[in-house]
Amino acid sequence: MTWTLATPLVLPFLTAVLAFLARYGAAGRWFSVAGNAVLLAASILLMVRVLDQGVIAAQMGGWSAPFGITLVADYLSAVMVVITAITALAVSVYALTDIDARKERLGYHALFNILIGGVVGAFLTGDLFNLYVWFEVMLISSFGLLILGGNKDQIDGGIKYVTLNLISTILFLSGIGLLYGMTGTLNMADIARTLDTVENQGLVTVVAMMFMVAFGVKAAVFPLFFWLPAAYHTPAFSVSAVFAGLLTKVGVYALIRMFTLVFDGDVAFTHQILLWVAGLTMVTGVLGAAAQNDMRKILSFHIVSQIGYMIMGLALLTPLAVAGAVFYLVHHIVVKANLFLIAGVAERTAGSTNLDRIGGLYKSAPLLAILFFIPAFSLAGFPPLSGFWAKYVLVAAAIEDQGWIIAAVALLVGLLTIFSMTKIWAEAFWKPHPEGADPALSQLTPQARRHLLIPIAGLAAMTLVIGFSPDPFVTFAKDAAAQLLDPTAYITTVLGGKA
Amino acid sequence: MEALLAITIGVLVATSVYLMLARNVLRFIFGLVLISNAANLIIFVSGRLTAGAPPLIPEGADGPVGDVANALPQALVLTAIVIGFGLFAFALVLMFRAYTTLGTLYSDDMRIAEPRTEDTT
Repeated sequence: MTWTLATPLVLPFLTAVLAFLARYGAAGRWFSVAGNAVLLAASILLMVRVLDQGVIAAQMGGWSAPFGITLVADYLSAVMVVITAITALAVSVYALTDIDARKERLGYHALFNILIGGVVGAFLTGDLFNLYVWFEVMLISSFGLLILGGNKDQIDGGIKYVTLNLISTILFLSGIGLLYGMTGTLNMADIARTLDTVENQGLVTVVAMMFMVAFGVKAAVFPLFFWLPAAYHTPAFSVSAVFAGLLTKVGVYALIRMFTLVFDGDVAFTHQILLWVAGLTMVTGVLGAAAQNDMRKILSFHIVSQIGYMIMGLALLTPLAVAGAVFYLVHHIVVKANLFLIAGVAERTAGSTNLDRIGGLYKSAPLLAILFFIPAFSLAGFPPLSGFWAKYVLVAAAIEDQGWIIAAVALLVGLLTIFSMTKIWAEAFWKPHPEGADPALSQLTPQARRHLLIPIAGLAAMTLVIGFSPDPFVTFAKDAAAQLLDPTAYITTVLGGKA
Repeated sequence: MEALLAITIGVLVATSVYLMLARNVLRFIFGLVLISNAANLIIFVSGRLTAGAPPLIPEGADGPVGDVANALPQALVLTAIVIGFGLFAFALVLMFRAYTTLGTLYSDDMRIAEPRTEDTT
């Protein structure tokens, strides 16, 4: 049991060490690919165990909960670990060509795998202080990846990213301190159990708000998202893809975890705020995207807008809505990482990501156009792609809950997303190249084509699979939501029978 | 004792917010150091303060005898200090790098990643 939970956590760090030692040769990048393939196998094993037993927990170092650090996996954690491994594998294959030897010598593969380790740790831990440590692991390696190479715009974007994330970290840490002061424990299940007995429920709500702001910065919700569009378009494409896919989603995961398990006492207040935040995040993100003219900047603002949908699911807090949020998380990670990878290929073939300077990709690279079409229109919510079902579940949940306004906002934002996606389509793919070039994929060496297009095709295939057979995924998301909304199983498993 | 530390934390936070509102990123960093120490003190105080009772286990006993100080917050603070130190070192180098490559320490002038619209046209 312990090994099933600990292996996905240990593997990325092992890979990082090997990749660091081999950073001067070609072996490092292959260590990264192999390590992430094994990670995927380990995470699928974990998923099988979780599907079999519901919630599984392991006490690290033999200290029983709530004294030691507990690793827990329920449906949500397990699916997040699997999707992290899939993204990591796709990006590590893409990085075989995308990352040059200079960045490899600077330790790209080591930092990348430490980042994955931090993400997996954040999904699996059941201890609040340990969650802080995993956030820090993730943060420091993401700093390194973001400014790797040291271009002017990377340093500039890096400063905004670093400063705002550090503030959120300190808020998170203070919140942990205050919560510990009230409950005397750091185990999340134990906190959930004892928090109701705290006399000063007003202070609990204050601390809940500190957590909401801290994770809100990480998840890039309105009005705390400014670091994201300032930074995400500056690093290498593999780095932006993994950031876009995973980092903000760890913030969303932490919000979902804390505001279903721990802070469920004053739902009328906290989740009302979350609902406003969700609506405003969707709208500002999509409007920000409409004003941009660079593929990666448009996509960055769309991350913000899409985060709003997930928060909306959490804010409504009905079983269907939370299921929608879980489904959205999974669909979004696959689609978003893929879109950034495609932007990378567009830059390689057509010379830029600025929409004014590129074009003609549809005529000269029809394969890339089809591969872009799938995630882009899934993001916009076209049936029968995965995004349609994600939005459908959420909007259905909102209407069921009589949240007419938020349902209308969600639909309108979907419409505006189509506007941005058709803009990229028309500018980058449809119109002729402004300099008369033919940006064909055959400009790339056959090896580069394999490395770049196989991960993109794989992720696009996943989007299609989720889109054409949504049933098992929706059923799974509903089960995950049921576990989140009734955390009894989670608490009993962690604390070993004492509910 | 708690009151004294609470006031100290308040002063630290006020000072650091003042520093972090400055346009000079170096001042911002100093504010960040102060506020991270305030957060460490919050954790320390929330473990309740017990003076003069170290959590030591007498020879032959299974656990500490009588009321002793809570050792856990100190372990947490130690972890947070180490992490905070690492992040601060990174941030300081980043600022230095920004100063050498961008030639400024003022956040208003750092517009390379997000150019003003009138600059691009």
